[in-house]
Amino acid sequence: MSEHIRLKRGLDIPISGVASCTVTKTVVPDVVALKPTDFRGIIPRLLVKEGDAVKAGTPVFADKQHPEIIFCAPCSGVVNEIVRGEKRKLLEIRIKADKETDYLHFDVPKVYTLDRQNIIKLLLETGLWPAIIQRPYGVVANPCTTPKSIFISGMATAPLAADPDYIFSSEFDALQQGIEVLNKLTDGGIHLSLDARNFAGTELHKLQHVIYHSFVGPHPAGNVGVQINHISPLNKGELIWTIDLLSVSAIGKLFLNGIYDMRRTVAVAGPAALNPSYIKCIPGIAMSSLAEYFDTSKGELRIISGDILTGENVGTNGFLGFYNNLVTIIPEGRYFEMFGWVKPLRLKKFSASHSYFSWLTPQKQYDMDTNTNGEERAFVVSEIYSKVLPMDIYPVYLFKAILAEDIEKMENLGIYEIIEEDVALCEFVCPSKIEIQSIVTKGIDLMLKEMA
Amino acid sequence: MGLRKLTDKMKPTFSKGGKLSFLHSTFEAFESFLFVPDKVTTKGVHVRDSIDLKRVMTVVMISLVPCILFGMWNIGYQHNLAIGGDMGFWAIVWYGFLKILPLYLVSYIVGLGIEFTSAQIKGHQVNEGYLVTGLIIPLIIPVTTPLWMLAIAVAFAVIIGKEIFGGTGMNIWNPALLARAFLFFAYPNHMTGDKVWVAGASSAVDAFSGATPLSQTSEGLSGLLSNYSVTDMFFGFIPGSIGETSKVAILLGAIFLIYTGVGSWRTMLSCVLGALFVGVIANLCAPGPNSALAIPAYYHLLLGGFAFGTVFMATDPVSSAQTSAGKWIYGFLIGAVAVTIRLFNPGYPEGMMLSILLANTFAPLIDHYVVQSNIKRRLNRAKTV
Repeated sequence: MSEHIRLKRGLDIPISGVASCTVTKTVVPDVVALKPTDFRGIIPRLLVKEGDAVKAGTPVFADKQHPEIIFCAPCSGVVNEIVRGEKRKLLEIRIKADKETDYLHFDVPKVYTLDRQNIIKLLLETGLWPAIIQRPYGVVANPCTTPKSIFISGMATAPLAADPDYIFSSEFDALQQGIEVLNKLTDGGIHLSLDARNFAGTELHKLQHVIYHSFVGPHPAGNVGVQINHISPLNKGELIWTIDLLSVSAIGKLFLNGIYDMRRTVAVAGPAALNPSYIKCIPGIAMSSLAEYFDTSKGELRIISGDILTGENVGTNGFLGFYNNLVTIIPEGRYFEMFGWVKPLRLKKFSASHSYFSWLTPQKQYDMDTNTNGEERAFVVSEIYSKVLPMDIYPVYLFKAILAEDIEKMENLGIYEIIEEDVALCEFVCPSKIEIQSIVTKGIDLMLKEMA
Repeated sequence: MGLRKLTDKMKPTFSKGGKLSFLHSTFEAFESFLFVPDKVTTKGVHVRDSIDLKRVMTVVMISLVPCILFGMWNIGYQHNLAIGGDMGFWAIVWYGFLKILPLYLVSYIVGLGIEFTSAQIKGHQVNEGYLVTGLIIPLIIPVTTPLWMLAIAVAFAVIIGKEIFGGTGMNIWNPALLARAFLFFAYPNHMTGDKVWVAGASSAVDAFSGATPLSQTSEGLSGLLSNYSVTDMFFGFIPGSIGETSKVAILLGAIFLIYTGVGSWRTMLSCVLGALFVGVIANLCAPGPNSALAIPAYYHLLLGGFAFGTVFMATDPVSSAQTSAGKWIYGFLIGAVAVTIRLFNPGYPEGMMLSILLANTFAPLIDHYVVQSNIKRRLNRAKTV
């Protein structure tokens, strides 16, 4: 066990509505959507048409460049709608779910009898490959490549994130099985990072055949990108794969039970969530099936699949994302506030800066909404960004290199080491209200295009 | 919320297609001044910190209040000394208020006028930057500066110093200092000498000398202390630019800036260290006790515009170095160069203005090398693995 890695820089956003550790609902899926937009670097090619019957594990679409990467239905049912956006971009494949899920059964041999190629083939065929994300860029991993190691974050520091100790408390065997599988994919080992404050308390530290690391610090300490940066930073030309615990567990279940079992425990949280707690469901469930957790009659709400920093605004008619195990519900902030910026106290508003007084009450939680609290301006205050980015990177210089589309500078300044979630806090604290994650998205898209 | 209703009623007139749509930026500036807008996040993070640039600028403005108040009083106090009068406290303050008010009116009317016009032309939103610049400019000039000169200087600073680079956030030099530099080089007679620092000194009693302590540094320590004591210099009972005299007021501002995290303590500290460094070297090399070099190093922190420049101008986040390491170098450079100019250029004893402008010029270069070393670290890491 190595030393604790202490991160000083970062910020835990004190938003109210933490989910209490009870399961209050098991969602029986009605309409379930698969969203190709959840997967970066994928150009989808449909494998089904409206009216087709599917089982849990039936391929629904594949990647055009790597047709062996397929994406499967998480439940059985009938494809009832294919939603396209501008330029016929494939947005959603909606499946009307059966009452009882009918699983496609895969013939899965014991892990120790398989070699790397067999494992890759199996993960591809069963639709679990997209769970593996490649760094740099955060795209779905290319099965033809070999990473230097695989990283898993065993801690969740994002605002209101589901507590891994709670949601995986009964999935220990599946996790262990998943790790055995992943170990076949790399010679560099599986790096699992845990929260040092609860290292001995969590079941996760009993997992075997992993290399443990422990982190102490505020968000984004739980981001796998930050962990990589401190353990084995990425250099040009290197590849690391990352996978979240949800998917490790799903891979484990495949090898234990032979089915594509995406059932998961999901937190429903946020200041506007009624009875914030956990639910059992599958990815792709409709937000309308969570109607008892929010009340839109009192004002407009935003339903986010994911956390408040990186999640997607899916609305009341949207669906849970493939990688998400959190639904955050917050009020929209469409209101004017007279002289808001000059009010000395503004006790109901949170600010990481000392120009308000919220830092004096660190225990207080805030009912945050989506108001931008100001208008967009040019970069003026340069120091605050690195205070929430615990990496040896000069964020503003990187952002400006991206805006200037200077590939060489982007490489030199660390574009390989970050994805959007790692700089989300920079965006949160930005007094100029710049959309920093969008800048990083632009940079990654540019790199993917140039390096292709 | 009658004001809100009124604003909503006026909005269509100023929006696209409305009668006064060409005044769109102006309307928006006033609206967002009155109300934090109802905009919500669209992409990226869903919630935002409640700080915005208006708040940042407000913090800086509040930190300047002690300097303004003291400056007002000191204008009257110095005037009273010069004429040998016996004005009471409120009379002194009132006199100062009447002197400083026109300077502020000119500074804001001209400066904001240009900002609004250029935002209007470009179709941009009006940036808050000038609220601070406009507050600082009158504080760093002599009280006797003619208003038309001030107007030209402000116009120069805003147009040449800021707008041609693209507005707040894009400028290379601190606009307020640029205004002062413009005045200094265009109208040196009104910026230096013994007569400019005290309002209404033309009717002064004969024995009165309006010289600032700083201008007497060339005469060595005894010259420096001939009129004023160190205590005077610390509390600010001396002639000088309006806001620069009281170190107490400046310290209050500095504490507030550091506490709120808006001003960089690194820049301030390294600036002081730079000045002390050169000051001590000068002390060691001083040929005799009456040489300017023999003035104890810490005096330089009290003299002239050093303290004001360190706290309010060197820390300007736009024109200063951006990286933490860069800030140490940048601040040190300012302090060292300022004292060097003071000691070795007796013709022009105030080095702070030029040294900050010089450091502003070098700030991108300093940052470049700091960032370059980060890049090297990253490349070396690749080699050792």
